This record gives sequence, structure tokens and C-alpha cells, in this order.
Amino acid sequence: MSGSVTDATLASIRDEVYVRSSGVGTAPPEGTNMTTTDTPVDNGVNVEALLGARAALTDAPAAAQFQWRATCEWVNGTHSHSTVESFFGLGEEQGHRTEFEYDADHPEIFASEDNGATPVEYVLVGLASCLTAGIASVAQHREIQLRSVKATLTGGMDVQGILGIDPQVRNGFSDIKVSYDIDADASPADLEALVAQSQKRSAVYDVITNPTNVVVEVN
Amino acid sequence: MSGALTRRSIDHVVLERGSVAHSWKTERWDSLRLLTPNSQTRLPGATYDGDEPDGFMAVADVIAFVERYAETVDAPVLGDTTVTSVRAAGDGYDILTGQGRWHARAVVLAGGACNVPTVPDYATALPSTIESVTPDRYKNPDQLADGGVLVVGASATGLQLAEEIHRSGRPVTVSVGEHVRMPRVYRDEDIFTWMARVGLLDERWDEVDDVVRARNVPSPQLIGTPERRSLDLDALTSIGVQLRGRLGTIRDGVAMFSGGLRNQCALADLKLNRLLDTIDERAGEAGYGEPDGPERCQPTTVGDPPLTLDLASGEIRTIVWATGFRADHSWLDVPVVDHKGRVRHDGGIVSDAPGMYLLGATFLRRRKSSFIHGAGDDAEDLAAHLAAHLATR
Repeated sequence: MSGSVTDATLASIRDEVYVRSSGVGTAPPEGTNMTTTDTPVDNGVNVEALLGARAALTDAPAAAQFQWRATCEWVNGTHSHSTVESFFGLGEEQGHRTEFEYDADHPEIFASEDNGATPVEYVLVGLASCLTAGIASVAQHREIQLRSVKATLTGGMDVQGILGIDPQVRNGFSDIKVSYDIDADASPADLEALVAQSQKRSAVYDVITNPTNVVVEVN
Repeated sequence: MSGALTRRSIDHVVLERGSVAHSWKTERWDSLRLLTPNSQTRLPGATYDGDEPDGFMAVADVIAFVERYAETVDAPVLGDTTVTSVRAAGDGYDILTGQGRWHARAVVLAGGACNVPTVPDYATALPSTIESVTPDRYKNPDQLADGGVLVVGASATGLQLAEEIHRSGRPVTVSVGEHVRMPRVYRDEDIFTWMARVGLLDERWDEVDDVVRARNVPSPQLIGTPERRSLDLDALTSIGVQLRGRLGTIRDGVAMFSGGLRNQCALADLKLNRLLDTIDERAGEAGYGEPDGPERCQPTTVGDPPLTLDLASGEIRTIVWATGFRADHSWLDVPVVDHKGRVRHDGGIVSDAPGMYLLGATFLRRRKSSFIHGAGDDAEDLAAHLAAHLATR
């Protein structure tokens, strides 16, 4: 699948993407009345940059190959500390603006110290933030001004699975429900379409709803 | 295309691996009828003049129609001639066939868009007890083992085969990915009649927002029957067919389905309503009047389908891969295909290879390009370009 691509092609794609993304949309000034129809829709998403990247990567599948990374270190008990900083894409090493850190633990009712959200809660956070980012992007593209977007998530789980009580019960969520409250200049049908399209293009939604091969090795 | 070239007095030959309408004679199932109504089964100079404009031709009728047309335009067809290679040579192309070599200043690739069934890679992980069938090899349910059948794919082919096989007494489960839902009849007319009336089928490749997306749209969930009935997921559920999400992979003999079926159905329902809204708006403008009232389909019913299916349990005996087809251009020794094996073209003009043209691909020049009645306009446009190309040399 990964077509060969020359360094020159990669360099020109990077120029294309970087130049376009340098002018990332700014949030509207506070107090701006966004309901007036002649105010340009601005959800803070640079759709031009995204479309430019899409066009540039269409004929260069190699440059579209990204790798996302995280490291995790055990602290004590069920408490662990994870960091996210570098990733790979557009044919070269990339880095976040800064290193991001996350503590995960289990709550006290599991005899843990509760130093952070549980790993499964991070999954919900990942899903919610992915879908919400998608909603903002698709809304920008469809010229829908968002005023507020709020998601409430629930993930049902029968812990008889992880506790090894019943082998018939799976470890993971039995179901996930995402409920959106959206205030925007759009009809209910358009909002439904917006949320549906966001699911269609969401990486985390795909990760959760479809099987993924996972390799865990010990060095 | 042959007719359009003849009208321009351009010498040509039509190379055919078998005989006229070969794939219709060899790669179609017994009960198949066209998805487009008879009124749209037409080519330049051959319009439907029967008394069932809203009927649908069976395969034998289609073969007769194409054969008759080949005679009408006096197409110089060379049958039993399989092209094995096309390469640039001199002021045109050398074409190697099983019956000898040709040189031509222009070449039209009209081998069709559906030469090879596409089957996902994970099909190789299928337990050996399960038989695989692709639609080009399927004739009728009798060729399948008794027992359960998993149909993968929910476009026109998947749904038609699912219904027919389920009614034969073999319990069917359908794996549903992205799909296009359409009613057969809307406001008393065929849905394709409406799409033609309001100009949707004539929309051009260089005018639509995103032609790549438009070319990737799956075929609509339709069936051509004398009673003009609709065939959608609810219709299948009502006769006992089981629905599952998109098949993600097969691991340790277990089929794993996506948990995203609800959204796939929601998207299809939303797009259907958008299509009907567009038809209503444009029908008013085109003088066909306003609808009496909203005529909309019920949202598709999606239960809580299981995410796995044990293929080793014996419940499923056969898998039907209704997962689409692709064109086969492996014989094309000209660098005009992209990394996915598709010919790069601009509305059928293969820009990287002067004098080369593509015909019959989905949304080649118009939304109707892959329909029988879409061939006429496309061939006419490309024949004009081809004639100009020959004149400049």
C-alpha cells in the first residue's frame, strides 16, 4: 500500500501542510455576536489547511503514514504515569509543542489510591475529544457556527470480567453511550448529520468499534 | 463508442475477449434484473419502445439488447480476442492479443469497472469448513450448501442475494458497512426517473464538490422487480435476516463485526432524506409540482446486534462476498494507473497517455456514467476528443 515517494515530494508536501497550518484560525473575539448572518463562521478550525493536506497527501500515501506514541511508567500500586511528546508523520519526526503528562490509577473502592482517572475513563476521554474535534471541523466545513458543544459519556461495564468471576463476561465495556448537547446555528437534522459525519471520520470511534491487532512484547 | 466513431468515419475495431455482452452471459446470477427501469435502458438510436417503461430487464433481455445494438451500429467486433498487453509505440499504441498484434493511434479502455471481485485480505483466515462465493460465480441458492450463510456487503448485490438465499431456507446474516438506501418508487415514479428529471444523473464530474467521494459511493440498495418494491435493511429484517456491523476481521475462526452499525444506518437515512429533499426542491423548479405531503421512509431499525460470530461452530456454511468489484488493468503496460491500480483520467481522458480514453467507470463524466444510458453522452464526448486528437497528428 505505501507507495514510494521521493524526498523532494515529501518536502513539498510538508511545505504545503506547514504553510497552510501556520495560520490556524483564531477564536472569535469575546463578546462578538455570532448570530448575525454576515459574520463568517469561525469555530477555530482551519479547514483550508486540512483540505490542503488532504489534497497534498492524496497522491503521496507514504507521507500519510503516521505513528502515534506514548510511554508509561509504573509508579506504585495501580498508579502509573504516562507521557506523550513525539510522533512521526509527513515522512519525519514530529513533536508536540510540549510534553503532556497523565496519571492513571483506580478508585479507592478498588483498594487503590485514586491518583488519576482509570484507564477506561481515558478511553472515554479519547472518544469524546475525538468526536468533539470532528464536530468542530465538520461544522466549520459546513459553515455551522457552534456556540457550545457538550458531550456526556457513559460506558457500562460488568466487572465480573476483569475480576475473573465469570469467563463469559468480557473485560471491556458492554456498551458506550455518548450524548451531545449542541447549541449552534443549525437545524436538528443538520446537527444529527454533523454528529453522524464526525463518527464516520473519527479515529477513536473506529478504534473502539472495530478490531485492532495488538502486539505486546517484553524487551 | 463504436457507433460514435463510425458516425465520424474513424476506422476502428472492437476487441472482445468472448462475444458481445460477454460478462452479461457469464458473470450474472439467474434472477438478476437491471436496477434501472426500461425507460432508461437506451443507447443513442435505441430507445425503449415496449409497453413497460417502468419494468426492469432480466439478464437475457439485456444480452439481446446489447447484441441488437452491436448490429444496429454495425460494430466491427473481433470476438474471442483477449488483449494481453497495451504499450506506447510510435505515434500510438501496440496492442497484443491472443490472436495477434495491432497498432492503433488511439485506444479506448472499455473493459468495464467490475472485472475482479474485491475480497478483503482476512478472507484467507476463513475456516476450511466454510465455502466462499463471489457474486460473479453465484447463480442461485441451490449451488450453496444447506445451512447458514453470511453475506458480507449491503449494497444492491448483497441485499438481493441475502433475500433470495434466506427465502431458500438458508438462514442469512448480513454484514452491513457504508450503504446507500433508496426507495424504488417515490411520489409514484421510479427513483431513477426522478433523479433523471431533476438533473442529478447528468451532474458532471468537474462540477460536483468532491468527485473522489462521488466515485466511491456504493451502489444503491435497489432491486428491479415487476411489483417495483423496495429492498432495504428493514425489509430483510422483517423476513428474519440478521444484521451485523461491518466485518472488521476474522480472528481464530471468529468473525468480528464493527459496533458502528447504528451510525452507518443513521448516515444512510440522513442521506436518503437529503436526496428526497433535493428531488422535492428541484421537482418544483422543473415544473413537476410540489409533493402533497412529506413522503419519507422510517428510520432503519437497528437492534443490539452481537459483535462476533463463531465461524467454526457450523452455524455458517457459506460466505458470500458482496464486497464490490474493481477494474483489471493488469494488461496495461502504460504508466497511467495510480497506487490503487485505478487509471488516472480527467473525465475519461487519460491525460498522461495522449490518444488513450477510459469508458464505463463510475462517475467518469456524469453521475450516470456507469449506467447503460450514461454510455451515449460519454462516448460522444470522448469520440469528439479522440477525433480532434487524430486530426492534430
